[in-house]
Formats: sequence, C-alpha cells, structure tokens
Amino acid sequence: MSRSKNDLIEGNENNVSSDVSPIESVAISRRKMLGGAVLAAGSLAAPSLAKATESNPDNLPPNVSEWTPYLGEGVDVNPYGSPSEHEAHVIRRSVEWLTASPESSVNFTPLQDLDGIVTPNGLCFERHHGGVPEVIPQDYRLMINGLVDRELIFTLDDLKRFPQVNRFHFLECAANGGMEWRGAQLNGCQYTFGMVHNVQYSGVRLSDICREVGIKPSAKWVLAEGGDSAGMNRSIPIEKILDDCMIAYSMNGEALRPEQGYPARLVVPGWEGNMWVKWIRRLEFGDMPYMAREETSKYTDLMEDGKARMFTWVMDAKSCVTSPSPEKPMMHKGQNLLKGLAWSGRGKITRVDVSLDGGVNWQTAELHAPVLDKSLTRFTLPFQWNGEELKVQSRAIDETGYVQPTIQALQKERGVNSIYHNNAIATWLVKSNGEVENVRLG
Amino acid sequence: MFVSVKKMMKPAIFGLAGAMMAASVLPATAGERVFGLGKLATPEEVKGWDIDVRPDGLGAPIGAGNAIDGEEVYADRCAHCHGDFGEGVDRWPILAGGHDTLDGEDPVKTIGSYWPYASTAYDYIYRAMPFGEAQSLTYDETYMIVAYLLYMNDVIEDDFVLSNENIGSIEMPNRDNFFMPDPRPDAQLASGEPCMSNCNVSTEIIGRARIIDVTPEDDG
Repeated sequence: MSRSKNDLIEGNENNVSSDVSPIESVAISRRKMLGGAVLAAGSLAAPSLAKATESNPDNLPPNVSEWTPYLGEGVDVNPYGSPSEHEAHVIRRSVEWLTASPESSVNFTPLQDLDGIVTPNGLCFERHHGGVPEVIPQDYRLMINGLVDRELIFTLDDLKRFPQVNRFHFLECAANGGMEWRGAQLNGCQYTFGMVHNVQYSGVRLSDICREVGIKPSAKWVLAEGGDSAGMNRSIPIEKILDDCMIAYSMNGEALRPEQGYPARLVVPGWEGNMWVKWIRRLEFGDMPYMAREETSKYTDLMEDGKARMFTWVMDAKSCVTSPSPEKPMMHKGQNLLKGLAWSGRGKITRVDVSLDGGVNWQTAELHAPVLDKSLTRFTLPFQWNGEELKVQSRAIDETGYVQPTIQALQKERGVNSIYHNNAIATWLVKSNGEVENVRLG
Repeated sequence: MFVSVKKMMKPAIFGLAGAMMAASVLPATAGERVFGLGKLATPEEVKGWDIDVRPDGLGAPIGAGNAIDGEEVYADRCAHCHGDFGEGVDRWPILAGGHDTLDGEDPVKTIGSYWPYASTAYDYIYRAMPFGEAQSLTYDETYMIVAYLLYMNDVIEDDFVLSNENIGSIEMPNRDNFFMPDPRPDAQLASGEPCMSNCNVSTEIIGRARIIDVTPEDDG
C-alpha cells in the first residue's frame, strides 16, 4: 500500500502544504512503518474482537476506543517484557557493505528513536570481531598475571563479592562517523552517529582488583584480553586502569547482554570502545605496551603525510541532533521540538549550541539533568517552523572548554584518511516539504 | 615535538600523563591481600592462557618456521579469504603490498606497508586466525605463516628461519611512522569562544548523502 503525501497530512491545517512531491527517502520508509500513527483514510476496519493494529478513526473522541471495553492480557503473558509491536522499527541496523562478514561487523543504535540518556540494553550497538561467544557463567574466569605480587584467578561470584560501583558511561566506537570524512555519505542519524550507547554499569573498580593482586612498581601497562574467537586484546596504561576503569557484570540493572560481553567486560570511561574488552578473560601487567593488532594496524589515525597517530584513546566532545534527522522528518508546521545528544570523553558537557541556518547564528539548547561525567547528555530546543529550508547543526562544549569542531577544521589537521575520531559537526538539511537529508556544507 | 614509537619503547619514558592521574596511585600493598578473593593461578593455568607476544619478543613460544614451508600452510589455512598472494578476497583484508600508498588518495594498509611490529602478526594470527578456528595453529605453523607474510612483503628472504629467538628483532618498514603522544585536542579555535551570531561560514551545500545513495533501505 502506498500513501501520498496528501494522505499523511489530511485534516491538519498546520501540516506541510500539500503541493509538494512525495518523498522517496528513508523518511518515507519510516512513515510507512509508522502507519499506525498516521490517519489511514478509507481503511475503516469493522469492529472485531480480534486485536486491531491498524489506525482507525473510530478510536478517536467522542467514540469509545476499541481497546477500552475489553480485558487485555494478564500478567505473565510476556515474562520478560518487550516493546510495543508498534515500536518494531526501533531496532539496531547494519550497513552490509561495510564489512566482510556478520561475525566481524558492527550495527548501529537507533538514536533517533530514543529519549533521555539511557540506551535500552537490546538497542546498544554491537561490534564483534569473532561473533558472540556463549560463555557459561559457572565456567567464566578472570585471570590476572604478569608484574603482580600474586597471579590470581577470579570466578564471577568472586567479582560480585568485591565492593560495587554503579556508573553511567557512554561507549563510542572510534570509527563512529568514520564514513563521513570525505563527505556526507550515509543518510541517517543512526548510521552516522549510532556507534554509541550509554548505560549504567555495575561492577568492580579495577583499582580494587589491583590491590588484591598487588601491582609491582615496574608495571606500567595492562593487556586486556577477551575470551572470544578474536581474543580481542588492547594495551591500557596503568594510570587509566587505576583512575576509573572497572570490570562490569551488569548494565542497566540486569546482567550484561551476551553481545555486550556477558558475563563480564572492561569499562574504560571516555576512551574508544575497542578498548572496552568484552567477555574479558585476562589482564596481564607489563612494563611496555603490547602493540596488538587493534592498536597498530587498526585504531591508529593515518595523517595526510602518511604518518599515523598511535594511542589516540580519548573520545573528544561530540553531539548530534536526533530529531529532526533523516529518519525523523518534519511533520508539522508551527511548534516543534529539536532533540539531541552530546558527550565528551574528557568530562561533563557544559553547553550545546544549535544552529538552524548552517552555522551562521547559534542559540544555546537546554541541557537535561542528569548531566554526568563521560555520559550521554540530553539537550532539547523548542522552535517554530513554517516550511522554510533549515540547515540544522549542533555544537557541544565540555568542561575542559573543548569546542566540537567543524569537519573543515578536522580535515585541515588530519586530512581525510584517518577513519577514526571524526567528532565533527554534522548538518541536516530540512527541505520545505519536511524531508531531512545529511549534507555537507563548505 | 613528536616522539617516535621506537624511542617511546624505552620503558623509562612510559610514565604516561603521570601528573594528570597522580592522585590515583596506589598505596603500597605490603604483600597483603585486601579482600581474600580469588585463587592463586598455577603456572600451568597461566601458560595455557598467556598467549600474547610483545614487540621485543617476550611471550613468543618456542618454535620456528620459514616462508618456503609457510607457503603451503598459508595456501591451506589462509588463502581462501586473503588470496594466494595476500591480495584479499571480497572484503577480507589485504595482507601484502601497498607500499608508498599511505600518503596517497587510497592508502593500502598491509602488514608490509603499515604494521610496525612483526610480533603483532604472530600474536594476532595465533589468537584469532583462521577466522572461526582460533588458537588451532601450532606454534611452528604460526611462525611459518608469519614468515611467508613477511617474505611476501619483502621484509625477509624465503629461507629466513623466523623463531622465538628473532621475532623481536625484525625491522618492519613502516615502524618509525607512528607517533605519540596523542596531539589532541586539536582543531580548536584560537579564541576558545565560538561565534554565536552572523558567523562568517560557508553554508553552500557541497555534498549530499542522497546523491551518494549507499544508505540501506528499510523494507516496507
């Protein structure tokens, strides 16, 4: 079934004028999927006890809505609850051509469909290098070896007997936005910003584990190693390990999801996601970095002159407008709400500015509590729209005074081949028909 | 301003950002366990899991192999994805060639053109390759494959016997082209305070994702 633009806006004089051509983009796909939220003229379903899922004007006042007279499902129908079936479009998505196989690949968090700062566990983007291992929790072990007083092995129960910390942190892949270095490429908030998620972790301070094993003075680096088929391994300086790293066993109150490292993962606040080793099985203390594949051939930043930056761990301040966005077109004239997320690996977000005219004029958005250290921060900006073209941008500033840069400023420093650490300001073009597109200004 | 990786490898220089995080340095443990959690690992347990190999060769298990023998092992275990000559099949990584491309339009980052340490190839191949058959190679097979890859990249001769004794002294061509410490934050405004109104920026559209048309489409 296809709907015209006119169908979408019927009956609302505040809506987009009807003389525009149909939209043929991601935006219209989304609208089709959101059919339940749209008035479907001419498809009046007969009243029935069968569960209706299509929108029906008979549900509207002054009528009694069809779900009102009857009993609904009882408890235990769905012992582990799921989102409404009307939210089935809110899922992780991948870009198939990006990688060689789904076991060594990535998908993206649907940021455009979320509110607040917490990412639901099932929507946290996935990045695996050898698929998701099926770790049996009773057989899980964390080994500590190398330059320590005692080489120890901990069970999952052992880890849960340590003092606990509970902290919100964002995790962002260093390659988030990596496809956009040369120009606007992927037409979606999800695909250009979705390699980030934000959950509350529960777990053990690594400094407590270090006290238990006893760190030798010569220990300067820690190799973190996963128990997956990639044996993911990264070197981390001891200062960071002792400062704020943790071994997490829970996210958002429940056990880690398998795809997020069940039963235990490393948390490296503010630093690139690749270092947050999942299914962590071993920490080795040494006196120099290990130069693993992921910190030499990958996750090094190639500059224009052919030389590469190494050990670029911190995720600099960044922000994105989640709505409007290519997946969230403008549906109404008049009052609207712009929503977005900002984050910094160097601390708290202190300010987010929004421009509707491509960066010529800016206004400061409202930050919503809680504003936490190395965590996603929610911002909103109410605004009026009357069908004029907009070029929407957001610019984050963190507590160190760092200002999210333009892509031109980043390109000037780094060229276009560094893949990682693109934290540039993006631009969403809002057209007069409400469609939104990822564009590059210059 | 930059310090090359080679110089940084001297352990004494490795105290990173010490001033920044000095407050978190641990008190002396005096040999006492604080919580009494965990069990002591036996040498056998550690040996079974401690598979990493460092640039200086520390951790390299006893074994050896050359490229002549490695060609056959590579053809059997690696070529299906990486191609007979390391050229890469489909989107699987290219392992050889790419020299003099790093400062060009389309850099080809291979073991020969990019990787700074030979130890990394051993460490990665033993722990993660073949894809889906992790830790199935013998130590000797791993040395043979690494020797073949280094030979294909003109780093060693085909009869050079790579071993735990010498893997830490292989000189890789691109080794001196990595730099630290991280020079960020970069790309910052000289004034520190961003412009808020009538800013002098170009708002011309010079690229559009819709034109590129590589975005996956939802069904429906």
